[in-house]
Amino acid sequence: MTRAEKILARASGRDSVCPDEIVVAAVDLAMSHENADLVRKSFLDVGVARVWDPERIVIILDHRVPAESEKTAATHKAIREFVHQQGIRNFYDVGRGGICHQVLAERGHVLPGMVVVGTDSHTTTHGAFGAFATGIGATEMAGVWIEGRLWFKVPATIRIEVEGEFAPWVSAKDLILNLIGRLGADGADYRAIEFDGPLIRRLTVASRMVLTNLSMEMGAKVAFTPVDDVLLNYLSARTGSKIPTSSDFEPDTDAQYQRVLEIDVAAITEPQVACPHAVDQVAPLSELGEVLVHQAVLGSCTNGRLEDLEVAAHLLSGRRVHPRTRLLVIPASQQILLEAIRRGYIQKLVAAGAMINPPGCGPCVGVHQGILAAGETCISSTNRNFLGRMGSKDSRVYLASPAVVAASAVAGRIAHPEEIVTKEAA
Amino acid sequence: MNGASLRLRGRVAAKLGDNVDTDVIYPGRYLNITDREKTPEHLFELAYPEIRAQIRPGDFIVGGKNFGCGSSREQATAAMKYSAVGAVIAVSFARIFFRNSLNLGLPVVVSEEAVAALAAGDEVEIDLAAGCIVNPATGATYQAAPLDPRAIELLAAGGLIPYLKQQHA
Repeated sequence: MTRAEKILARASGRDSVCPDEIVVAAVDLAMSHENADLVRKSFLDVGVARVWDPERIVIILDHRVPAESEKTAATHKAIREFVHQQGIRNFYDVGRGGICHQVLAERGHVLPGMVVVGTDSHTTTHGAFGAFATGIGATEMAGVWIEGRLWFKVPATIRIEVEGEFAPWVSAKDLILNLIGRLGADGADYRAIEFDGPLIRRLTVASRMVLTNLSMEMGAKVAFTPVDDVLLNYLSARTGSKIPTSSDFEPDTDAQYQRVLEIDVAAITEPQVACPHAVDQVAPLSELGEVLVHQAVLGSCTNGRLEDLEVAAHLLSGRRVHPRTRLLVIPASQQILLEAIRRGYIQKLVAAGAMINPPGCGPCVGVHQGILAAGETCISSTNRNFLGRMGSKDSRVYLASPAVVAASAVAGRIAHPEEIVTKEAA
Repeated sequence: MNGASLRLRGRVAAKLGDNVDTDVIYPGRYLNITDREKTPEHLFELAYPEIRAQIRPGDFIVGGKNFGCGSSREQATAAMKYSAVGAVIAVSFARIFFRNSLNLGLPVVVSEEAVAALAAGDEVEIDLAAGCIVNPATGATYQAAPLDPRAIELLAAGGLIPYLKQQHA
């Protein structure tokens, strides 16, 4: 069996499962953000008094923090009252957490082998922790809050084996954008992805999360990276619980894959950019021509982690954000913000002219903290560039790595990081 | 919500292309609206604002591949359901949108044949249990992918909330 099949077999009490079978699996962790209010309404509508297990529910406010309107304030308040009444202790309020996917990870909520559902499409991120993790809607989550289980169609698996070395300024973001461009927005629809291979096993946990997070943008139900020492070291620092050993979660040697892709990452010779208005409209940076940018955004559940802030701080150190451009930086969590302050990244970014937004989703979903006007263009390390995603339907969002976002903020147009570094040296 | 009929008749209100994403169906800026009845005000607001006025109760929306890709926002489904859209017919659906639709009792029908043939204004009949779509004016019949029994059960109940009410009464 594949990783996905092993976890679903265990969670549904079966010896084995095969693709396209329907199983009912026990849910180990159920995460929601502001849409917990929608879940709460569906839950109350059914008329059940108590949630199935308050210890397995995690609620993290991130999409609109702090509240940007009276309406959101009322939503936050209703959620606070509900978690108190239901005894849900794993609640991360304004200033205590950050982006839901980062908080689940850094607080050690997700362990290998778990079935995790979240009312957020990027819940696929948690496959970086060896979990079968997927997004569901609010009403479906109300059912989970009541029954603690959910039906799944067992997904077929695509295995992606990656070897080779990254070219300079090419990162996990460029690898996954390149893959999305090749496979298309529905290239993995309903399917599981297993990333593996020597390059993947050398990646940090933060970079692995970029792959599993953006696998959603090719439709994947779940995406996994290996359960290895890199991961177990990360987890042992963050959880007091017993960590299962990696061998339980390795795919069987005779696992059946729908498709196997073998990739030498060295073939990706330069940074990749997703062009408006689709994540699969991917081009190598050098093919874009001149694209002036009014806003640059560094953050999100995709690329708002410490290594992302580090590369941006390095590129912006001693340089200035271009007069035409504003740079918004949104650390993914309170912990990351604190560590970025301690390491001096925030000082460098602010000195260069960046505005630091509070940890959360920032402008990614187009509700606050950096909305685009008609005619404006943004380069962003986030995950979606759909029409009107970050503001006006006549604005344009390009997606790229943190390094490209930082370099573009300096150049005032989409720029290769090498160009910024070379210019300085010349 | 009342239990839904598994036989539908309606008119194609609009025919859209591939990869219609949830930001196009329901913009993120309105996600703080949690009254489902109010979501229709913003259906297709940014990309196709004209569609809203064209929808008559029971009408169908036709889409291409990967309909509803993107966010897990249930408001994208709710905005159609509470606009009285009768069903969405598409070549394929993104998985969260597909499940949200079953959970809110909005029939979703996978039929590449029907999508290729249908145009805005066509009147068709859908038999969800049999998995077929008929155009009575031309007599043409199109195959649809059969729905899983669990999906039929959810649609027949009118969605997950009435279904759970039956289970936990």
